[in-house]
Amino acid sequence: MSAMSTMSTLLEARGLSKHFGGVLALDGLDLAVAPNEIIGLIGPNGSGKTTFFNVITGIYSADAGRVTFDGADVTNASGRAVYQAGMSRTFQRSRLSLPLSIFDNIMIGNHKRLNQGLWFNLVRRSDFRREFEHSYAAARALVEVFEPALADRLSEPVAGLPMIDRRRIEICRALISAPKLLLLDEPSAGMTHDETAELMNDILLVRTRNKDLTIIIVEHEMGVIERITDRCVVLNFGRKIAEGPYRAVAADAQVQEAYLGVA
Amino acid sequence: MAKTARASVWPAVIALAIATVYLIALLAAEKQALIIALLVTGIASVVAAGWLGLLDSVTGSFADHEDAFGGCAIIAALAVAAFFHDNHFVLLLVITVMLYSVATLGLNVQFGYAGVLNFAGASFFGIGAYTSAVLNAHTTLPHVLVLLIGGCLAALAGSLLLLPVLRTRGHYAAVVTIAFALLFKTFLEVNDVLGGPQGLQVKGMTILGWSFNDNIQIGGVSLSFYMNYFVVSLLLLVGAFVLVRRLERSWIGLNLDALRLDETAASCFGLDIARWKITAFLIGNFLIGVAGALFGMVGGFVAPNNYTFADSLILVSILLLGGIGNPWGLVVATIIVVVVPEKLQTIQEYRFLLYSLLVIAVLLFRPEGLLPRPVRRYFPGWRP
Repeated sequence: MSAMSTMSTLLEARGLSKHFGGVLALDGLDLAVAPNEIIGLIGPNGSGKTTFFNVITGIYSADAGRVTFDGADVTNASGRAVYQAGMSRTFQRSRLSLPLSIFDNIMIGNHKRLNQGLWFNLVRRSDFRREFEHSYAAARALVEVFEPALADRLSEPVAGLPMIDRRRIEICRALISAPKLLLLDEPSAGMTHDETAELMNDILLVRTRNKDLTIIIVEHEMGVIERITDRCVVLNFGRKIAEGPYRAVAADAQVQEAYLGVA
Repeated sequence: MAKTARASVWPAVIALAIATVYLIALLAAEKQALIIALLVTGIASVVAAGWLGLLDSVTGSFADHEDAFGGCAIIAALAVAAFFHDNHFVLLLVITVMLYSVATLGLNVQFGYAGVLNFAGASFFGIGAYTSAVLNAHTTLPHVLVLLIGGCLAALAGSLLLLPVLRTRGHYAAVVTIAFALLFKTFLEVNDVLGGPQGLQVKGMTILGWSFNDNIQIGGVSLSFYMNYFVVSLLLLVGAFVLVRRLERSWIGLNLDALRLDETAASCFGLDIARWKITAFLIGNFLIGVAGALFGMVGGFVAPNNYTFADSLILVSILLLGGIGNPWGLVVATIIVVVVPEKLQTIQEYRFLLYSLLVIAVLLFRPEGLLPRPVRRYFPGWRP
């Protein structure tokens, strides 16, 4: 922690706590993320990983502690404010709007970059059309990175797509607004091993194009964590029990006991 | 749906022409046996066309040429009016269909897009109608302005009522509108200034000295005075339709869908939920109020019994029947709900039974309505 100087910290949580009734989901969590890092957030079920995402993205409010993001205090900021500041996320259980088209779902993530004025939308239709065509091209280019076959099907509803495509679209929705920080909540859930590997390659590919992207990933599949993360943070009962490169934390006795199971 | 050529415009236009002729025949028929035969034939032909796959080509052609189709629909409405140019009864029926369509377009913005159920549609319609009764009697405001004021008052009443609840999640707003619908009628009945249970007369519309309540003579042809109202109602319907269509096909329509389908995800992507719910509610109520104001002038009379909770439920049932979120479906459903009971005098007393059966049947067998809402296309016929 102390080695991480404050000037190169994108996201910092200090003493973050959240309880539900008598359960302490987060118990004084300290966590710092540097720009351009890929952090793996791991730990057994119920250790507070998703709660951490939900607290920093404004879905839950924290009971104690502070969060700073990109130099600003965002403790208990609304989901809107956090998104405007450049944080974007996916959900553990896919939260796409199923009756809407692929394009529409991706555009939901592009909210802050679209002109939301009534006059612009209802009356200045030729300007709107230009923005629409521009956005369509952007969405298409992003989807193409993940799955070229999907790029021709942007006007189809999401409801008919298999899980891997839905995950891809959720990630595109989070990436379209060019966020500084991407929070991935178990992107491999519901997918096969190969599909997961493919998806991770695509994420890394996006990152080679956008060097400024920082990622925090919650994941149970350790192969993924080992392959893509720079550093891991291990949670147990809402507390950080270890931190460091994957190999180091995986070798940690406390981590093995809490998470990987003792041999 | 990948890169295919644009469909031909003709299937949709031919279908519209057949539908128009059918509607004229239905409106002109007097004998109950003939009307029943026409209705049965109509239903049977639609089902048969569906089986034969004819409807698919109509749908495809409609989707690619919606603007042209809209122009043809205006011509069709004019044709119906021209056919019945001296028939007060039928013209009033057609005007009723058009103004109810405007009101359900408003409900559609609220419920179909933003997901806010409004069970007081008839009450807000009534606010518009009472506005014209009072303003036409006591002021010399231009009547076009009175229509707009009617819309604004309906929006204002709705906002006073619902601004506090629209900030909450869930269906609290719907509960509040039910209470309002019930209170509104009672309020009118005990309010002597507004005529109590007897209601008020509404002065007919006058624009630039042209009185709408006089029959028209052009050459040797005499037109019903309702032709005046028909033209204004048609303009209003076209305006409301274009507004609602553009709203859906914009980022705002997308915002409304996003917050209806998943508020949590929507707010994680920066949507101001309260702002967009309120915007949708106000636009919807404005349309309902304007339609009500004009309807008051058309009927010449307003009374509490015309704006009951039951009437609000009918408006909601039109929405369910037509296809929530599809403006074209709403117009079709309004025609069915308004015209069929009026023509089928034998079922008059059972009309509520008919509505209930129809709505239940639709919910069971076609839960998305007669004409389900298609996936959003921002510009009809646009290909990447």
